[in-house]
Amino acid sequence: MNKKFFTILLLLFVCLGLWANEKESTPKVDVKSVIFDHISDAYEWHITTIGEKHITIPLPIIVYGETNGFKVFMSSQLHHHDSYCGYQYGAKEGKYAGKIVELNARGEEVRPWDFSLTKNAVAIIINCILLAVVILWVASWYKKKPMEAPKGFRGALEMLIMSIQDDLIKPCIGKDYRKYSPYLLTAFFFIFFNNLMGLIPLFPGGANTTGNIAVTLVLALFTFFAVNIFGTKEYWKEILWPDVPIWMKAIPLMPIIELFGIFTKPFALMIRLFANIMAGHSIVLGLTCLVFITASMGAAVCAGMTFVSVFFTIFMDCLELLVAYIQAYVFTMLSSVFIGLSKVEHHS
Amino acid sequence: MSLLMPETGLVFWMLLAFGIVFFILAKFGWPIITGMVEKRSVFINDSVKAAEEANKQLENIKIETAAILANAQQEQMKILNEASELRNQIIQEAKENAIVESQKIIENAKRQIQLEKEKSLEAMKNQIAELSLDIVEKVLRADLQKDKSQSEMIEKLLNEITLN
Repeated sequence: MNKKFFTILLLLFVCLGLWANEKESTPKVDVKSVIFDHISDAYEWHITTIGEKHITIPLPIIVYGETNGFKVFMSSQLHHHDSYCGYQYGAKEGKYAGKIVELNARGEEVRPWDFSLTKNAVAIIINCILLAVVILWVASWYKKKPMEAPKGFRGALEMLIMSIQDDLIKPCIGKDYRKYSPYLLTAFFFIFFNNLMGLIPLFPGGANTTGNIAVTLVLALFTFFAVNIFGTKEYWKEILWPDVPIWMKAIPLMPIIELFGIFTKPFALMIRLFANIMAGHSIVLGLTCLVFITASMGAAVCAGMTFVSVFFTIFMDCLELLVAYIQAYVFTMLSSVFIGLSKVEHHS
Repeated sequence: MSLLMPETGLVFWMLLAFGIVFFILAKFGWPIITGMVEKRSVFINDSVKAAEEANKQLENIKIETAAILANAQQEQMKILNEASELRNQIIQEAKENAIVESQKIIENAKRQIQLEKEKSLEAMKNQIAELSLDIVEKVLRADLQKDKSQSEMIEKLLNEITLN
């Protein structure tokens, strides 16, 4: 059974390879741009391209520029015209390649205030709605059946929620973990849902949300405020007047290092989540692109490489599933640890 | 690198979406779920404890019933023993009484017999006296008539006496 399956798969790849080889005239695939187009944001949601036809979902562009004022229009307008109401895509070689710009009086490209519902923004909103619906659905079930143990999906979710709260948040923060657990649970599930949705290649998924630095920046900011707003007196004392020899405080070396630490912690959170997810998406895409790169190298090479590519892509996708959980877990854990550090009591 | 520059617009939407979701879930999501789960775990713990307690009580009740049963059996044995003792005693007493009574009766009978004997002796004596007197009278009367007939008479009278 297994042997048959693999033979059929291999034959399929050979056919694919032969077919790709025949169409050698098609332009070469620019892997770098494929990957970058995917992992960076876009004003429209590109689903697929069949022949010359691009299938995209147009998204609203909301901009406010000094020259052209406040404008709302669909991104499809920019396909039909080079510019719409004075707004256009930035020149490919310029600073603002792929972004909406307007031209100022001197003819220079200027970025307007851009609040467009881009692909990532829409994906975040969809994932947020999904997350809210799922959690509220589970919560409503608990309201209806207070003393019953849930089964199936609800049971799995309960296990996940309670494992995060009891095994992660509670030991890291300590006694007043209840105040922070809603934020940390929201952060965990937000990251987890977005990571998983990012792995689904079709429409509601496939956006590289948690691999976008703006998203991780906001998450890190939330943690930053959670840590520093509710920090204890002891926490601030350890930063500004730590227990070190006086000469280290006379030249305020330690306080500077400690103050710097306040910002490096959330910064590390921001970078690590962004980099991990972005790298994962890039690798999966790169491996998939192997098929198209080797298309021009002959049928045998292409068939072999297709097999390798599919095998490694499946492997990477499985790994990314794991990473989706691990990264959400790590973000939540580090946030709890930082919060826990800000709750230090005076130790005798 | 545009990848490393956070876009203002996306930051804005992310803030909005995440903030709203955080608010909704912090209000209507997590506290309900975790609260219910904790309540349930408390309830389960309490139930287990209550069950343990009940089991213990049941065990105690079993022990108690066994003790009561044993007691009852002992009591029963005691009562039975007492009853048999009492019976034996009653029988013994009855026997003794019977013996005493029979003795009495016998004694009475003996006394009666004695009395009768004495009475009869008395009567006999009287009879003998009377008879002797009669004999004497008759002898005296016959003596007055014939000598031969006297002796015959005496003989006859003596025979009569022995017969009597």
